[in-house]
Amino acid sequence: MEDIMDLIYAMRAELMVTAILFLLLILKLGRDMAHDRLLSIVQLLLLVSAAVSFLPETDGRYFGGMFLTGGLAGFQKGVLATAVWLISLLFSDWLKKSAHMTEFLVLMLSSLVGMYFMISAGHLLMFYLSLELATIPVAAIAAFDLGRRSSSEGAMKLILSSGLSSGVPLFGISLMYGATGTLEFSVLSQRLDGSGLQITAFVFLLSAFAFKLSVVPYHLWTADVYEGSPLPVTAYLSVVSKGAVAFVFTSLMYRIFAPLQHIWYDMVVVLSVATMVVGNLFALRQDVLKRFLAFSSIAQMGFILVAVSGQSVASVASVTFFITVYMFSNLAAFGVAAVLEGKGWQRIPDLKGLSKSNPILAWTMALGLFSLAGIPPAAGFFGKLFLIGAGAEKGNWVFITIAGLNMIVSLFYYLKVVRAMFMDAPGETAGPAYVPASVRFGLIVCAAGIILTGVLPWVYRDISSLIP
Amino acid sequence: MNPIGLLLIPLLTALLILLAGRPQQVRWIALAGAVLQLGAAILLYAAYINGDGTGGPMRLEYRAEWYPDWNIGIHTGVDGISIAMILLTTLVVIAGVLVSWKMEKLPNTFFFLLTLLALGAYGFFISLDLFSMFFFLEIAVIPKFLLIGIWGSGRKEYSANKLALMLMGASALILVAMMAIYFTAPVGMRTFDMIDIVSTGIPAEAQRFIFPLMFVGFGVFTALFPFHTWVPDGHSSAPTAGSMFLAGISMKLGGYGCLRAATWLMPEGAREYGTAIVVISAVAIIYGAFATMMQKDLKYLNAYSSVSHCGFVLLGIGLLTKTAITGAVLQMVSHGLMTALFFAVIGMIYERTHTRQLDELGGLMKVMPFVSTVMFIAGLSSLGLPGLSGFVAEMTIFVGGWERVSPVYRVSTILAAMSIVVTAVYVLRAIGRTVMGPITKTEYLTLTDAGWHERLAAIVLIAGILAMGIAPGWIVELITPGAQAITERIGSLP
Repeated sequence: MEDIMDLIYAMRAELMVTAILFLLLILKLGRDMAHDRLLSIVQLLLLVSAAVSFLPETDGRYFGGMFLTGGLAGFQKGVLATAVWLISLLFSDWLKKSAHMTEFLVLMLSSLVGMYFMISAGHLLMFYLSLELATIPVAAIAAFDLGRRSSSEGAMKLILSSGLSSGVPLFGISLMYGATGTLEFSVLSQRLDGSGLQITAFVFLLSAFAFKLSVVPYHLWTADVYEGSPLPVTAYLSVVSKGAVAFVFTSLMYRIFAPLQHIWYDMVVVLSVATMVVGNLFALRQDVLKRFLAFSSIAQMGFILVAVSGQSVASVASVTFFITVYMFSNLAAFGVAAVLEGKGWQRIPDLKGLSKSNPILAWTMALGLFSLAGIPPAAGFFGKLFLIGAGAEKGNWVFITIAGLNMIVSLFYYLKVVRAMFMDAPGETAGPAYVPASVRFGLIVCAAGIILTGVLPWVYRDISSLIP
Repeated sequence: MNPIGLLLIPLLTALLILLAGRPQQVRWIALAGAVLQLGAAILLYAAYINGDGTGGPMRLEYRAEWYPDWNIGIHTGVDGISIAMILLTTLVVIAGVLVSWKMEKLPNTFFFLLTLLALGAYGFFISLDLFSMFFFLEIAVIPKFLLIGIWGSGRKEYSANKLALMLMGASALILVAMMAIYFTAPVGMRTFDMIDIVSTGIPAEAQRFIFPLMFVGFGVFTALFPFHTWVPDGHSSAPTAGSMFLAGISMKLGGYGCLRAATWLMPEGAREYGTAIVVISAVAIIYGAFATMMQKDLKYLNAYSSVSHCGFVLLGIGLLTKTAITGAVLQMVSHGLMTALFFAVIGMIYERTHTRQLDELGGLMKVMPFVSTVMFIAGLSSLGLPGLSGFVAEMTIFVGGWERVSPVYRVSTILAAMSIVVTAVYVLRAIGRTVMGPITKTEYLTLTDAGWHERLAAIVLIAGILAMGIAPGWIVELITPGAQAITERIGSLP
């Protein structure tokens, strides 16, 4: 009995989300509930599930080493749950108007469960299965704007590229099995010796991660998918989906693939530089807000690779911290973008004079962008500095300088948006936008998160105390 | 007294400004905050003089953990140099608030950003931890960008962008230097705490690579040639208080950083690159002076003269003697006060005549005697008239320069001294054109002289200039121990 209780506690995040998922299905089968009430219930439950995930946890192995738990995994799941909760708040207007809100939520939550299992995976097959579970539902919700062709196009591109990026690691996994005779992480890391076959297998796995993180040159799907999908899906893809993969990627590189570090260090450096440079240069030229955020998020992934290259405890801590901050910052920007989309403003020039017509929205957006650019007192400053610090450990100063210079380029395009909002005269269609209460609450949470997670050191201290 | 107390006042002021509704309230809150800052700064000065029992140059230290995993702490403390910079900041803040009294466009946001800028400056001057120093340095970037971009004039968007990007570029250099200092230390000794870095020392080989990054990074903030190009555009596009804050406070962050984070931490690096710094500064001084001669717009004129005057700061730092470094700090304070005064006067003139072009102005002494007199005082201080602050500062640097025997230093010092002649030419010509002679346009006849708030702003700054110029003893005494602590680490010079 105690074992079962133990297991339930260890899997509380997964069980909680699955319960919400079934609840939604049952409610859907029964009488039609008003979207308003249903959404409020789901928001509340999501908040509870996020809070429950943050509870302290000890290391544990379940199902023969397939499912691992630990303090860090609990924290990471909590971050993802918070992000989903915020998405449900910030896009409540869109959700309520959607004819298929329940289906949308069910698909999004099943993908979230997939990510939870991915974080806890202790075995490459488990990892592969959960990656699929995390990906396929997203392709379905990307096509949710049924009336828009670009939405279906985005979903098509997503499913095709996901198909490819599922095949590639599967091949890598089979090679890895051939090379080492095991797929269990704990055994695998002991058997890695850098033979040719192992390296080939590893490169396939690395490509799969690069696909998911949209690291250059595997980024080509990102912009179109982001632009085509409905805004909540774009937010989900760029925050939750990327965040989860970044968590897993960093932990795997630090723990499991450490023996191959002399081989992958150069690969990661090259990928990182390419990602930062290309992401930044393309973001400079974007006019559509969604595409702009897509390319800026590509560049952010390049910064995450800087930390990954350090391969230390600090790498894991700084990436986890950065994703937490990135969630608040990016969702603040997406939340404002959602309100503006309601008014039909989707391009950066549409934001002109926003500080006069909607000062609160403009300041929230600016705060999010400053945080993404890494300017204090926003937490992004600390996030970026810790990422760079973790990468600097190796003493590759050319690499660190390139990362520093890329911060300037990124500042340029973030300031472009700020300039439009604060310095340009309002256009003809300008006027105050209606901000529903739940969106306002979500934006306040994001803004508070942006300021407090950096200036107050507790979040980072908590994270680094969780890493064994 | 804990120096952190100094941060709470602007922080509370900023919060109150956000909560306040009417513009009337906002400016009084801002002024009250500024006066309280002056009070706190004077208390801090008194506490520093009384000492904390250690007797060293660095006093009133306070340490707390911030990010222990990275050995990042909240470590504050002040020496005479920081006190001098803090006093300068408070005076400029009061004057800046008073000058913007009639601000009509978005006054809440305007005063909020001004207060935020001041907060960044105070935090910077009291930090003894590289990370928190960098944090406060960066806090000030966005207020500058928005102040220029929203309330500025002329090519404001271009200038705001240029300033933000160049300063961020400089920050990137500082960031790399900071990380390099951290990671060159052996594991277990890695820290951002400057006192600890001073006691363990940085290997000489590493200093050779880190010093230029750090010095150039901070140098850009204080118009290091040839990275001075943001200065003229930024200053001339900014609103009056923005220019005052930029030239009076923000550029001083750079000079202070060059001293504290570059020269103090890396004495071997300073010895190695000292000559290069001196030569570049001499070029900047001469270049800045001649470029100023060509200006027809009063704000551009003052901005280019800032390039020249800040050259003296870097010259003093590069000379590396105790006297020269004391002179450099004196020059920072003097230039801060005098240039803020100059920008304030230009703002007053522009508000009334709606022009800053030298050809269009004339005879203002007849209609605006107070404003014109203040302009005279600012100009005379700028050209180094004895009795005003500029003379004390520049004289100290020249004396310090003569302590170095090598001909390179001598020639550079002589060239720098000769630039004063050029300064006299452009200052006197600008003032002559503006306030003397016949009135050029009939509508100038109806102009009014300065209002009470403008008079008060000018008086605050002039009081500072006179306090330095007539009785420089107290401030020299204040700065010297800090300068000595820096030069002691450098050792004997060739």
